[in-house]
Amino acid sequence: MDFDVIVIGAGPGGYVTAIRASQLGMKTAIVEREALGGICLNWGCIPTKALLKSGELYEQLSHLEGFGLSVTGKSFDFSKVIERSRGVAKQMSSGIAFLMKKHRITVFDGAASLEKGAPAPKVVVRLKGGEKTSLTAKHVILATGARARTIPAIGLEGDGDRVWTYRDALAPKTCPKSLIVIGSGAIGIEFASFYRALGAQVTVIEALDRILPVEDEEVSKAAHKAFERRGMTFRVAAKVTRLSKSKTGVSVALEAGGKAETLEAEVAIVAVGITGNVENMGLEALGVKVDRGHIVTDGHGKTNVAGLYAIGDIAGPPWLAHKASHEGVHCVEHIAGLKPANLNAPIPGCTYSSPQVASVGLTEAAAKAAGHEPKVGRFPFRVNGKAVAAGEMEGFVKTVFDGKTGALLGAHMIGHEVTEMIQGFAVAMTLEATEEDLMATVFAHPTMSEAMHEAVLDAYGRALHI
Amino acid sequence: MSIEILMPALSPTMEEGTLAKWHVKAGDTVKAGDVIAEIETDKATMEVEAVDEGVVEALLVDAGTEGVKVNAPIARLAGEGDVASFDTPASPAAQDDVKGGPAPTAKVVPEATPARHPEQAQSAVSKDATTAPPKLNGSGDRVFASPLARRLAQAAGIDLKSIQGSGPHGRVIKADVDAARDKASSFAKASEDRPSTAPARQHQTLEQQGIPAGSYDLIPLDGMRKTIARRMTDSFRDVPHFPLTIDLEIDGLLAARTKINAMLEKDGVKVSVNDLVIKAVAVALKRVPEANASYTPDGIAMHHHADIAMAVAIDGGLITPIIRAAETKGLAAIAAEAKDLAARARDKKLKPEEFQGGTFSVSNMGMMGIRTFASIINEPQGCIMSVGAGEQRPVVRNGALAIATVMSVTLTCDHRVVDGAIGARFLGAFKALIEDPLTMIV
Ligand SMILES: Cc1cc2nc3c(=O)[nH]c(=O)nc-3n(C[C@H](O)[C@H](O)[C@H](O)COP(=O)(O)OP(=O)(O)OC[C@H]3O[C@@H](n4cnc5c(N)ncnc54)[C@H](O)[C@@H]3O)c2cc1C
Repeated sequence: MDFDVIVIGAGPGGYVTAIRASQLGMKTAIVEREALGGICLNWGCIPTKALLKSGELYEQLSHLEGFGLSVTGKSFDFSKVIERSRGVAKQMSSGIAFLMKKHRITVFDGAASLEKGAPAPKVVVRLKGGEKTSLTAKHVILATGARARTIPAIGLEGDGDRVWTYRDALAPKTCPKSLIVIGSGAIGIEFASFYRALGAQVTVIEALDRILPVEDEEVSKAAHKAFERRGMTFRVAAKVTRLSKSKTGVSVALEAGGKAETLEAEVAIVAVGITGNVENMGLEALGVKVDRGHIVTDGHGKTNVAGLYAIGDIAGPPWLAHKASHEGVHCVEHIAGLKPANLNAPIPGCTYSSPQVASVGLTEAAAKAAGHEPKVGRFPFRVNGKAVAAGEMEGFVKTVFDGKTGALLGAHMIGHEVTEMIQGFAVAMTLEATEEDLMATVFAHPTMSEAMHEAVLDAYGRALHI
Repeated sequence: MSIEILMPALSPTMEEGTLAKWHVKAGDTVKAGDVIAEIETDKATMEVEAVDEGVVEALLVDAGTEGVKVNAPIARLAGEGDVASFDTPASPAAQDDVKGGPAPTAKVVPEATPARHPEQAQSAVSKDATTAPPKLNGSGDRVFASPLARRLAQAAGIDLKSIQGSGPHGRVIKADVDAARDKASSFAKASEDRPSTAPARQHQTLEQQGIPAGSYDLIPLDGMRKTIARRMTDSFRDVPHFPLTIDLEIDGLLAARTKINAMLEKDGVKVSVNDLVIKAVAVALKRVPEANASYTPDGIAMHHHADIAMAVAIDGGLITPIIRAAETKGLAAIAAEAKDLAARARDKKLKPEEFQGGTFSVSNMGMMGIRTFASIINEPQGCIMSVGAGEQRPVVRNGALAIATVMSVTLTCDHRVVDGAIGARFLGAFKALIEDPLTMIV
């Protein structure tokens, strides 16, 4: 037996799993065909945040007068904006190489596939140089992630030129003057926000009746307005029927409310979801159960094949880096015979647009649908001292409690840096706090987090500053 | 959901032991009651039985491992439905890879990884493993529970201490309370008519136990029988009880009784040995008040009065009428009250307040020729005294054999409130009073 554990894929799911396995005394290897850090560090979470910071700073330059400041001749160098983002990704990825070394994890640079074996499938790695090596382990954990979903039948397919998926959108040569974003999930909205901040004309098309459809309805509505205020345009409840390339760019045919319409732009970004990397790994021959592009697992990441596990994006939604890591840690701790933390812990979700959106747990509608009689509280930043002082008065905090037990069911926020605040409610939910504990918690003044306290108080008719 | 099997404690003081032998291996199916392992301490060997049904998913501690801490997980059981959907042979890996047991001697680094920062691996595992075992919450004073779990338990009227926490460090979380509530409600249904509040025991019919139908008559359980069954079962199971026996020479007491009865004859009162015992118990309790106490979760209740419950056999069972504040009453009053209570008890004419309560019980089977016996604690009382027959026995006095009338009494004590030393002091005080009855009146 070569290893106790072989992890395939070095994204936030895979590399974290490998580190935890090594901490538990297992002899561990990881196989990565592209770059350590996976989508998250190289083509996802991190480089997008770098771009968005450039966009946010640039946008703020237009609002400095209100603070008594002035700048003249504001401009940007697009290639440097991209260069910084790529540099940040590279820095983070090399950090993972260091971590692998520190934890004595053997890294194989190559693409892995599986063959029948016992107690776990055999792992065949086609190394970067071209040669093949065959590895055995007691446990094999698949963490091969996902890629952008495409719908070629109607032209929703990247071409690296006019039609982009997120990879193209992260490193284009020039900043488009006009842009159509298809899909208003977190990824679509982040790109829309970034390119709009740099001055592009941006239209977002969403098939459902509101943008950021997984968020609470009130948040979707507020986000819609906030983005419109920044000059974005939207088509919701709109179905793209055809994307085609033209001489000047793209044209997108859509249907909304029974009416057909065609939009033109220089570039289109396809952000209509993702699909798991399940191909070319020999999964069919092993009989691994796959359902709509995702590997089917039990409550501990186990697949239907002995010794084979799957975690992260490839094991299904939510497609989030921290969910991938959490699943990976749970999976190896379970293998080690420990009692890992609850797999169904509340998982916060964030969108780093401007303004930002963050949430954890149930929306008000979902709480009602689940049979709760929710008690709902809201507090706007417009009356929060810190927000007013900082000129960040957009947005609000909303809380959803179970009316019977006082359990915090969910929290929803939109506003400046709310992605840093949501964690407070995630801790509370994980510790099973009730409204009483949150009311009894002292929040520092002045902070935007005070709005969290007030939103809790408001759910029980006790808000102090409104 | 997999179920962890924890290292059991063979005695209340046991902290660790040796896992001597496994009777099962990973993959075996076990039923509740199957012997799965043998545990040894320096004092005893005990068989561990499965409490749940399922498939052994992994043995977490090797046979022969010493120093396995009480409550550390020793094996994992896959509950029903767990294995069904996945044809993986339930992960034997766990035992090969990492010994989940916190035993300091347990091997942590698998052989395949010689000398790779073992300290780190070891500390990581042992730390996790020791925090992993869910502890029954009753052990300490403080119950660790999430705020939501506390609120839900209170609403459902469930004692948090009775719930095994599955959260970090054995913390009781919402899921545990939900599970306990579901279990309680299904149990309540199943046990509506059970005489005991005990966790449902597998009920076997007499037939199943080899006594054929028709070979006996079945007398339906009446209210008193059910009450006796329930209270005695609860007490015998839940109260850590122990007996203390002492011999009393009662020639002096019998002589005093003759004199007293001669004096009281004109009043129509006759004092029995039992009345004298009750009087002596009341006075002794005044001298050793620690024996007149009840254990409660909130503290030890030190009773202000000696309310003596006396067991009276009646048709179809027994009942314990109470002589309240017996320490304040004279012998004649006690005798008169005892006689009246016993008579009305036999006619089933007692009012509830006349037999409910009491701080100390006396059960006398002397008149039935019983020499010694140990009664079952009458909760919430701290002690019950069992009085045997007074009989002539050889005694050794100044190195020579002599004859004396001797009566043995046994005090059953609730160890949570009356320790051996307290019981002994009480019996010492009681003996002094019985053997020198004049001291009872001073
Ligand atoms: C633009 C964008 C922005 C995002 N922003 C956020 C965010 O802000 N927050 C957040 O939580 N999530 C974000 N996500 C999602 C996040 O990136 C993913 O959820 C996360 O990367 C999933 O981690 P993973 O380990 O499961 O897979 P991945 O990160 O996809 O890693 C899988 C790895 O496996 C490798 N691999 C695949 N097949 C093989 C093979 N056969 N052999 C060897 N290696 C293989 C791949 O090369 C890849 O490196 C974003 C995604 C995108 C696209």
